[in-house]
Amino acid sequence: MIEIRRLVKRFGYKRVLRELDFYAEQGEFVAVLGPNGAGKTTLLRILSTLSRPESGEVKISGYRLPSQSTSVRKLLGVVSHQPLLYGDLSAIENLKFFGRMYAIENIQNRIEEVLSVVGLEQRATDLVRTYSRGMQQRLAIGRAILHDPIVLLLDEPHTGLDQDASEMLDQVLIDVASQGRTLVMTSHDLARSARLAWRFDILARGKIVASTTRAELEPDQLLQFYRQTLEVG
Amino acid sequence: MKVLFAVVWKDMIMELRSREMLSAMLVFALLVVLIFNFAFELDATTRANTASGVLWVTFAFAGTLGLNRSMAMEKDYACLDGLLMAPVDRSAIFFGKVLGNFIFMVIVELIVLPIFSVLYGINLFHQGFIFVVLLGSLGYIIVGSLLSSMTVQTRTRDILLPILLFPVAIPIFIAAVRASRAFLVGTEMVEVMPYLNLLIVYDIVFFAVAYMVFDFIVQE
Repeated sequence: MIEIRRLVKRFGYKRVLRELDFYAEQGEFVAVLGPNGAGKTTLLRILSTLSRPESGEVKISGYRLPSQSTSVRKLLGVVSHQPLLYGDLSAIENLKFFGRMYAIENIQNRIEEVLSVVGLEQRATDLVRTYSRGMQQRLAIGRAILHDPIVLLLDEPHTGLDQDASEMLDQVLIDVASQGRTLVMTSHDLARSARLAWRFDILARGKIVASTTRAELEPDQLLQFYRQTLEVG
Repeated sequence: MKVLFAVVWKDMIMELRSREMLSAMLVFALLVVLIFNFAFELDATTRANTASGVLWVTFAFAGTLGLNRSMAMEKDYACLDGLLMAPVDRSAIFFGKVLGNFIFMVIVELIVLPIFSVLYGINLFHQGFIFVVLLGSLGYIIVGSLLSSMTVQTRTRDILLPILLFPVAIPIFIAAVRASRAFLVGTEMVEVMPYLNLLIVYDIVFFAVAYMVFDFIVQE
Protein backbone atom coordinates (compact mmCIF):
# COMPACT_ATOMS: atom_id res chain seq x y z
CA MET A 1 0.00 0.00 0.00
CA ILE A 2 2.74 2.48 1.00
CA GLU A 3 6.25 1.91 -0.33
CA ILE A 4 9.14 4.27 0.26
CA ARG A 5 12.68 3.57 -0.94
CA ARG A 6 15.74 5.70 -0.27
CA LEU A 7 13.74 8.86 0.44
CA VAL A 8 15.80 12.00 0.88
CA LYS A 9 14.53 15.41 1.97
CA ARG A 10 16.61 18.43 2.72
CA PHE A 11 15.70 21.88 4.04
CA GLY A 12 18.54 24.11 2.99
CA TYR A 13 21.72 22.32 4.06
CA LYS A 14 19.98 20.23 6.67
CA ARG A 15 19.22 16.67 5.61
CA VAL A 16 16.05 15.67 7.43
CA LEU A 17 15.35 12.32 5.75
CA ARG A 18 18.38 10.25 4.78
CA GLU A 19 17.56 7.49 2.32
CA LEU A 20 14.62 6.40 4.39
CA ASP A 21 12.88 3.10 3.60
CA PHE A 22 9.34 2.53 4.83
CA TYR A 23 6.41 0.33 3.94
CA ALA A 24 2.89 -0.30 5.19
CA GLU A 25 0.61 -3.10 4.04
CA GLN A 26 -3.08 -2.67 3.41
CA GLY A 27 -5.03 -2.64 6.68
CA GLU A 28 -1.92 -2.19 8.83
CA PHE A 29 -1.76 0.30 11.72
CA VAL A 30 1.83 1.55 11.97
CA ALA A 31 3.10 3.91 14.66
CA VAL A 32 6.19 5.88 13.67
CA LEU A 33 7.99 6.84 16.85
CA GLY A 34 11.02 9.00 17.35
CA PRO A 35 12.56 11.98 19.12
CA ASN A 36 11.91 15.59 18.16
CA GLY A 37 13.57 16.50 14.88
CA ALA A 38 13.79 12.90 13.70
CA GLY A 39 11.76 13.63 10.56
CA LYS A 40 8.36 12.17 11.47
CA THR A 41 6.32 15.18 10.41
CA THR A 42 8.43 15.62 7.27
CA LEU A 43 7.73 12.00 6.34
CA LEU A 44 4.00 12.49 6.76
CA ARG A 45 4.02 15.79 4.87
CA ILE A 46 5.66 14.05 1.91
CA LEU A 47 3.12 11.23 2.03
CA SER A 48 0.27 13.73 2.22
CA THR A 49 1.70 15.58 -0.88
CA LEU A 50 2.35 18.81 1.02
CA SER A 51 6.09 18.43 0.57
CA ARG A 52 8.09 17.27 -2.40
CA PRO A 53 10.63 14.45 -2.00
CA GLU A 54 14.10 15.42 -3.11
CA SER A 55 15.01 11.94 -4.27
CA GLY A 56 13.91 8.38 -3.76
CA GLU A 57 10.78 6.50 -4.61
CA VAL A 58 7.44 7.07 -2.89
CA LYS A 59 4.40 5.04 -3.92
CA ILE A 60 0.94 4.86 -2.41
CA SER A 61 -1.32 2.15 -3.79
CA GLY A 62 0.87 2.01 -6.88
CA TYR A 63 0.73 5.78 -7.56
CA ARG A 64 4.02 7.65 -7.53
CA LEU A 65 4.73 10.88 -5.75
CA PRO A 66 5.00 13.64 -6.74
CA SER A 67 4.00 12.97 -10.36
CA GLN A 68 0.62 11.38 -9.48
CA SER A 69 -0.19 13.56 -6.48
CA THR A 70 -3.80 14.23 -7.44
CA SER A 71 -4.57 10.49 -7.67
CA VAL A 72 -2.82 9.89 -4.34
CA ARG A 73 -4.82 12.62 -2.58
CA LYS A 74 -8.09 10.82 -3.40
CA LEU A 75 -6.86 7.88 -1.32
CA LEU A 76 -5.59 9.83 1.67
CA GLY A 77 -7.12 11.24 4.79
CA VAL A 78 -4.87 13.32 7.03
CA VAL A 79 -5.23 14.24 10.68
CA SER A 80 -2.67 16.69 11.99
CA HIS A 81 -2.10 18.08 15.48
CA GLN A 82 -3.86 21.15 14.06
CA PRO A 83 -7.49 20.57 13.11
CA LEU A 84 -7.37 21.81 9.46
CA LEU A 85 -10.88 23.20 9.96
CA TYR A 86 -12.38 26.65 9.52
CA GLY A 87 -13.26 28.14 12.88
CA ASP A 88 -15.98 30.43 11.51
CA LEU A 89 -17.85 27.57 9.86
CA SER A 90 -19.96 24.98 11.65
CA ALA A 91 -19.16 21.28 11.59
CA ILE A 92 -21.74 20.69 8.85
CA GLU A 93 -20.43 23.61 6.79
CA ASN A 94 -16.85 22.42 7.13
CA LEU A 95 -17.79 18.91 6.05
CA LYS A 96 -19.95 20.24 3.22
CA PHE A 97 -17.06 22.37 1.97
CA PHE A 98 -14.56 19.52 2.06
CA GLY A 99 -17.20 17.24 0.58
CA ARG A 100 -17.35 19.54 -2.44
CA MET A 101 -13.57 19.57 -2.66
CA TYR A 102 -13.59 15.77 -2.73
CA ALA A 103 -16.61 15.61 -5.08
CA ILE A 104 -18.52 13.33 -2.70
CA GLU A 105 -21.96 12.21 -3.85
CA ASN A 106 -24.91 12.16 -1.42
CA ILE A 107 -22.92 14.50 0.75
CA GLN A 108 -25.71 15.13 3.26
CA ASN A 109 -26.05 11.41 4.10
CA ARG A 110 -22.31 11.02 4.33
CA ILE A 111 -22.02 14.01 6.68
CA GLU A 112 -24.63 12.51 9.00
CA GLU A 113 -22.78 9.20 8.99
CA VAL A 114 -19.45 10.82 9.78
CA LEU A 115 -20.85 13.03 12.54
CA SER A 116 -22.34 9.90 14.09
CA VAL A 117 -18.99 8.06 13.92
CA VAL A 118 -17.17 10.91 15.70
CA GLY A 119 -20.01 11.60 18.12
CA LEU A 120 -20.70 15.24 17.19
CA GLU A 121 -24.32 15.10 16.00
CA GLN A 122 -25.51 17.32 18.85
CA ARG A 123 -23.04 20.10 18.01
CA ALA A 124 -23.24 19.86 14.23
CA THR A 125 -24.50 23.40 13.68
CA ASP A 126 -22.15 25.10 16.15
CA LEU A 127 -19.12 27.02 14.90
CA VAL A 128 -15.89 25.05 15.17
CA ARG A 129 -14.19 27.83 17.10
CA THR A 130 -16.63 27.15 19.96
CA TYR A 131 -15.50 23.51 20.16
CA SER A 132 -13.07 22.16 22.71
CA ARG A 133 -9.73 20.89 21.46
CA GLY A 134 -10.92 17.28 21.74
CA MET A 135 -14.06 17.98 19.75
CA GLN A 136 -12.04 19.72 17.06
CA GLN A 137 -9.78 16.69 16.74
CA ARG A 138 -12.78 14.36 16.48
CA LEU A 139 -14.24 16.55 13.75
CA ALA A 140 -10.82 16.58 12.09
CA ILE A 141 -11.00 12.79 11.91
CA GLY A 142 -14.50 13.14 10.49
CA ARG A 143 -13.12 15.45 7.81
CA ALA A 144 -10.31 12.99 7.11
CA ILE A 145 -12.62 9.99 6.60
CA LEU A 146 -15.40 11.89 4.81
CA HIS A 147 -14.31 10.70 1.37
CA ASP A 148 -13.71 7.15 2.63
CA PRO A 149 -9.92 7.07 2.13
CA ILE A 150 -8.03 3.82 2.22
CA VAL A 151 -5.02 5.41 3.94
CA LEU A 152 -5.15 7.61 7.04
CA LEU A 153 -2.10 9.63 8.06
CA LEU A 154 -2.09 10.93 11.64
CA ASP A 155 0.54 13.39 12.82
CA GLU A 156 0.57 13.39 16.63
CA PRO A 157 -3.23 13.52 16.77
CA HIS A 158 -3.36 13.44 20.59
CA THR A 159 -1.44 16.68 21.01
CA GLY A 160 -3.17 19.01 23.45
CA LEU A 161 -5.92 16.55 24.38
CA ASP A 162 -6.87 15.69 27.95
CA GLN A 163 -7.31 12.09 29.11
CA ASP A 164 -11.02 11.82 28.30
CA ALA A 165 -10.64 13.41 24.89
CA SER A 166 -7.66 11.15 24.11
CA GLU A 167 -9.62 8.03 25.04
CA MET A 168 -12.53 9.16 22.89
CA LEU A 169 -10.14 9.75 20.01
CA ASP A 170 -8.59 6.31 20.55
CA GLN A 171 -11.98 4.67 20.23
CA VAL A 172 -12.63 6.49 16.98
CA LEU A 173 -9.22 5.42 15.66
CA ILE A 174 -9.82 1.79 16.66
CA ASP A 175 -13.18 1.85 14.87
CA VAL A 176 -11.63 3.41 11.77
CA ALA A 177 -8.73 0.93 11.79
CA SER A 178 -11.12 -2.00 12.10
CA GLN A 179 -12.67 -0.96 8.76
CA GLY A 180 -9.54 -2.16 6.96
CA ARG A 181 -7.87 1.19 6.35
CA THR A 182 -4.12 1.59 6.47
CA LEU A 183 -3.14 3.94 9.29
CA VAL A 184 0.24 5.58 9.80
CA MET A 185 0.51 7.55 13.01
CA THR A 186 3.41 9.55 14.39
CA SER A 187 3.47 9.98 18.11
CA HIS A 188 5.51 10.76 21.22
CA ASP A 189 3.09 8.77 23.37
CA LEU A 190 4.56 5.27 23.46
CA ALA A 191 2.00 3.83 25.86
CA ARG A 192 -0.89 4.98 23.72
CA SER A 193 0.81 3.85 20.49
CA ALA A 194 1.41 0.44 22.04
CA ARG A 195 -2.34 0.07 22.68
CA LEU A 196 -3.43 1.30 19.24
CA ALA A 197 -0.92 0.22 16.62
CA TRP A 198 0.21 -3.23 15.48
CA ARG A 199 3.65 -2.29 14.23
CA PHE A 200 6.15 0.21 15.61
CA ASP A 201 8.87 1.83 13.53
CA ILE A 202 11.52 3.91 15.25
CA LEU A 203 12.63 6.90 13.18
CA ALA A 204 15.83 8.56 14.25
CA ARG A 205 18.23 10.89 12.42
CA GLY A 206 16.21 10.64 9.22
CA LYS A 207 15.99 6.85 8.93
CA ILE A 208 13.91 3.96 10.22
CA VAL A 209 16.44 2.38 12.56
CA ALA A 210 14.30 -0.36 14.09
CA SER A 211 10.94 -1.99 13.68
CA THR A 212 8.91 -4.37 15.82
CA THR A 213 5.35 -5.62 16.07
CA ARG A 214 2.87 -6.27 18.84
CA ALA A 215 3.39 -9.99 18.26
CA GLU A 216 7.10 -9.66 19.09
CA LEU A 217 6.80 -7.25 22.00
CA GLU A 218 4.50 -6.74 24.97
CA PRO A 219 3.03 -3.22 25.10
CA ASP A 220 4.87 -2.41 28.34
CA GLN A 221 8.20 -3.36 26.68
CA LEU A 222 7.90 -0.79 23.92
CA LEU A 223 9.46 2.00 25.98
CA GLN A 224 12.53 -0.15 26.75
CA PHE A 225 12.83 -1.16 23.10
CA TYR A 226 12.57 2.49 22.05
CA ARG A 227 15.26 3.66 24.50
CA GLN A 228 17.62 0.83 23.62
CA THR A 229 17.24 1.55 19.93
CA LEU A 230 18.03 5.23 20.36
CA GLU A 231 21.02 4.51 22.62
CA VAL A 232 22.48 2.07 20.12
CA GLY A 233 21.90 4.48 17.24
CA MET B 1 -15.25 25.26 -11.56
CA LYS B 2 -17.11 23.57 -8.68
CA VAL B 3 -13.95 23.80 -6.60
CA LEU B 4 -13.49 27.46 -7.48
CA PHE B 5 -17.05 28.35 -6.44
CA ALA B 6 -16.80 26.19 -3.31
CA VAL B 7 -13.77 28.25 -2.22
CA VAL B 8 -15.61 31.50 -2.96
CA TRP B 9 -18.70 30.30 -1.05
CA LYS B 10 -16.55 29.40 1.93
CA ASP B 11 -14.82 32.79 1.94
CA MET B 12 -18.14 34.65 1.64
CA ILE B 13 -19.72 32.79 4.56
CA MET B 14 -16.67 33.33 6.75
CA GLU B 15 -16.52 37.02 5.91
CA LEU B 16 -20.24 37.44 6.62
CA ARG B 17 -19.65 36.01 10.09
CA SER B 18 -16.35 37.66 10.98
CA ARG B 19 -16.45 40.87 8.88
CA GLU B 20 -12.72 41.17 9.47
CA MET B 21 -11.59 41.83 5.94
CA LEU B 22 -14.28 44.13 4.61
CA SER B 23 -14.46 46.31 7.69
CA ALA B 24 -10.68 46.78 7.76
CA MET B 25 -10.53 47.55 4.04
CA LEU B 26 -13.50 49.90 4.12
CA VAL B 27 -12.46 51.88 7.17
CA PHE B 28 -8.96 52.31 5.79
CA ALA B 29 -10.19 53.32 2.35
CA LEU B 30 -12.67 55.89 3.69
CA LEU B 31 -10.02 57.30 6.01
CA VAL B 32 -7.60 57.81 3.14
CA VAL B 33 -10.28 59.45 1.00
CA LEU B 34 -11.27 61.79 3.82
CA ILE B 35 -7.70 62.74 4.67
CA PHE B 36 -6.89 63.55 1.06
CA ASN B 37 -10.12 65.53 0.78
CA PHE B 38 -9.19 67.78 3.69
CA ALA B 39 -5.48 67.92 2.85
CA PHE B 40 -5.87 69.53 -0.54
CA GLU B 41 -7.97 72.46 -1.64
CA LEU B 42 -7.93 72.13 -5.38
CA ASP B 43 -9.75 73.63 -8.31
CA ALA B 44 -11.96 71.47 -10.50
CA THR B 45 -9.35 70.79 -13.17
CA THR B 46 -6.66 69.79 -10.69
CA ARG B 47 -9.12 67.60 -8.83
CA ALA B 48 -9.93 65.74 -12.04
CA ASN B 49 -6.22 65.30 -12.70
CA THR B 50 -5.34 64.05 -9.22
CA ALA B 51 -8.45 62.04 -8.39
CA SER B 52 -7.21 58.88 -10.10
CA GLY B 53 -3.94 58.93 -8.15
CA VAL B 54 -5.76 59.38 -4.83
CA LEU B 55 -8.16 56.56 -5.69
CA TRP B 56 -5.45 54.10 -6.65
CA VAL B 57 -3.45 54.84 -3.49
CA THR B 58 -6.64 54.06 -1.58
CA PHE B 59 -7.32 50.84 -3.48
CA ALA B 60 -3.70 49.67 -3.28
CA PHE B 61 -3.43 49.93 0.48
CA ALA B 62 -6.96 48.71 1.18
CA GLY B 63 -6.39 45.82 -1.20
CA THR B 64 -3.16 44.85 0.55
CA LEU B 65 -4.98 44.73 3.90
CA GLY B 66 -7.55 42.41 2.38
CA LEU B 67 -4.97 40.16 0.72
CA ASN B 68 -3.04 39.68 3.95
CA ARG B 69 -6.19 38.84 5.86
CA SER B 70 -7.49 36.48 3.16
CA MET B 71 -4.44 34.24 3.23
CA ALA B 72 -3.96 34.58 6.99
CA MET B 73 -7.44 33.12 7.37
CA GLU B 74 -6.22 29.98 5.59
CA LYS B 75 -3.14 29.79 7.77
CA ASP B 76 -5.25 29.83 10.97
CA TYR B 77 -5.96 26.26 12.03
CA ALA B 78 -3.61 25.21 9.17
CA CYS B 79 -6.57 25.27 6.77
CA LEU B 80 -4.29 25.90 3.80
CA ASP B 81 -2.86 22.40 4.26
CA GLY B 82 -6.39 21.02 4.34
CA LEU B 83 -7.16 22.77 1.06
CA LEU B 84 -3.95 21.63 -0.60
CA MET B 85 -4.61 18.00 0.28
CA ALA B 86 -7.84 17.96 -1.72
CA PRO B 87 -7.63 15.93 -4.95
CA VAL B 88 -8.18 18.91 -7.20
CA ASP B 89 -6.14 21.07 -9.51
CA ARG B 90 -4.52 23.49 -7.06
CA SER B 91 -4.86 26.38 -9.48
CA ALA B 92 -8.64 26.10 -8.99
CA ILE B 93 -8.08 26.77 -5.29
CA PHE B 94 -5.90 29.75 -6.15
CA PHE B 95 -8.39 31.26 -8.58
CA GLY B 96 -11.17 30.67 -6.06
CA LYS B 97 -9.21 32.84 -3.62
CA VAL B 98 -8.60 35.40 -6.39
CA LEU B 99 -12.30 35.59 -7.21
CA GLY B 100 -13.21 35.96 -3.55
CA ASN B 101 -10.61 38.70 -3.01
CA PHE B 102 -11.77 40.44 -6.18
CA ILE B 103 -15.38 40.43 -5.00
CA PHE B 104 -14.37 41.99 -1.67
CA MET B 105 -12.31 44.61 -3.45
CA VAL B 106 -15.24 45.46 -5.74
CA ILE B 107 -17.57 45.77 -2.74
CA VAL B 108 -15.17 48.29 -1.17
CA GLU B 109 -14.90 50.17 -4.47
CA LEU B 110 -18.70 50.27 -4.83
CA ILE B 111 -18.89 52.05 -1.46
CA VAL B 112 -15.84 54.28 -1.83
CA LEU B 113 -16.48 55.54 -5.36
CA PRO B 114 -19.82 57.30 -4.66
CA ILE B 115 -18.42 58.85 -1.49
CA PHE B 116 -15.33 59.99 -3.35
CA SER B 117 -17.50 61.32 -6.14
CA VAL B 118 -19.50 63.47 -3.69
CA LEU B 119 -16.50 64.70 -1.68
CA TYR B 120 -14.44 65.61 -4.73
CA GLY B 121 -17.32 66.81 -6.88
CA ILE B 122 -16.28 64.54 -9.76
CA ASN B 123 -18.53 62.23 -11.71
CA LEU B 124 -16.77 58.87 -11.57
CA PHE B 125 -19.56 56.86 -13.15
CA HIS B 126 -18.06 56.72 -16.56
CA GLN B 127 -18.04 53.39 -18.39
CA GLY B 128 -14.40 53.59 -19.32
CA PHE B 129 -13.35 54.60 -15.81
CA ILE B 130 -15.27 51.71 -14.22
CA PHE B 131 -13.71 49.32 -16.74
CA VAL B 132 -10.23 50.52 -15.77
CA VAL B 133 -11.01 50.18 -12.07
CA LEU B 134 -12.17 46.59 -12.58
CA LEU B 135 -9.25 45.66 -14.83
CA GLY B 136 -6.70 47.25 -12.55
CA SER B 137 -8.21 45.69 -9.44
CA LEU B 138 -8.22 42.26 -11.07
CA GLY B 139 -4.55 42.46 -12.00
CA TYR B 140 -3.65 43.73 -8.54
CA ILE B 141 -5.61 40.95 -6.87
CA ILE B 142 -4.09 38.22 -9.08
CA VAL B 143 -0.50 39.22 -8.40
CA GLY B 144 -1.28 40.09 -4.78
CA SER B 145 -2.89 36.70 -4.13
CA LEU B 146 0.11 34.95 -5.68
CA LEU B 147 2.60 36.85 -3.55
CA SER B 148 0.51 36.55 -0.38
CA SER B 149 0.44 32.75 -0.83
CA MET B 150 4.25 32.97 -0.57
CA THR B 151 4.48 35.47 2.26
CA VAL B 152 1.79 33.82 4.40
CA GLN B 153 4.34 31.13 5.26
CA THR B 154 6.67 33.68 6.88
CA ARG B 155 6.58 35.38 10.25
CA THR B 156 6.83 38.86 8.74
CA ARG B 157 3.99 38.39 6.27
CA ASP B 158 2.26 41.71 7.08
CA ILE B 159 5.39 43.69 6.19
CA LEU B 160 6.71 41.42 3.48
CA LEU B 161 3.64 41.43 1.24
CA PRO B 162 3.60 45.17 0.48
CA ILE B 163 7.41 45.17 0.08
CA LEU B 164 7.14 42.46 -2.57
CA LEU B 165 3.83 43.52 -4.09
CA PHE B 166 4.22 47.22 -4.71
CA PRO B 167 7.28 47.04 -7.00
CA VAL B 168 5.71 44.22 -9.02
CA ALA B 169 2.45 46.16 -9.26
CA ILE B 170 4.07 49.37 -10.56
CA PRO B 171 3.08 48.73 -14.19
CA ILE B 172 -0.53 48.24 -13.19
CA PHE B 173 -0.53 51.37 -11.04
CA ILE B 174 0.95 53.46 -13.82
CA ALA B 175 -1.46 52.12 -16.40
CA ALA B 176 -4.49 52.31 -14.10
CA VAL B 177 -3.77 55.84 -12.89
CA ARG B 178 -3.06 57.16 -16.40
CA ALA B 179 -6.06 55.42 -17.95
CA SER B 180 -8.39 56.51 -15.12
CA ARG B 181 -7.21 60.10 -15.41
CA ALA B 182 -7.61 60.01 -19.16
CA PHE B 183 -11.26 58.95 -18.85
CA LEU B 184 -11.97 61.55 -16.15
CA VAL B 185 -10.53 64.47 -18.09
CA GLY B 186 -12.00 63.29 -21.42
CA THR B 187 -8.83 62.37 -23.31
CA GLU B 188 -9.15 60.80 -26.78
CA MET B 189 -9.41 56.99 -26.85
CA VAL B 190 -6.31 56.69 -29.02
CA GLU B 191 -4.24 58.12 -26.14
CA VAL B 192 -5.88 55.85 -23.56
CA MET B 193 -5.40 52.63 -25.56
CA PRO B 194 -1.71 52.02 -24.67
CA TYR B 195 -2.59 52.07 -20.96
CA LEU B 196 -5.62 49.83 -21.47
CA ASN B 197 -3.48 47.41 -23.46
CA LEU B 198 -0.90 47.36 -20.67
CA LEU B 199 -3.60 46.54 -18.13
CA ILE B 200 -5.00 43.73 -20.26
CA VAL B 201 -1.58 42.24 -21.01
CA TYR B 202 -0.53 42.49 -17.35
CA ASP B 203 -3.68 40.67 -16.23
CA ILE B 204 -3.23 37.93 -18.81
CA VAL B 205 0.48 37.46 -18.09
CA PHE B 206 0.04 37.18 -14.34
CA PHE B 207 -3.01 34.96 -14.75
CA ALA B 208 -0.82 32.58 -16.75
CA VAL B 209 2.13 32.89 -14.35
CA ALA B 210 -0.10 32.17 -11.36
CA TYR B 211 -1.62 29.14 -13.09
CA MET B 212 1.86 27.76 -13.76
CA VAL B 213 3.62 28.44 -10.47
CA PHE B 214 1.03 28.27 -7.68
CA ASP B 215 1.52 24.55 -7.13
CA PHE B 216 5.29 25.02 -6.73
CA ILE B 217 4.89 27.99 -4.43
CA VAL B 218 2.69 26.19 -1.91
CA GLN B 219 4.53 22.87 -1.88
CA GLU B 220 7.61 22.56 0.33
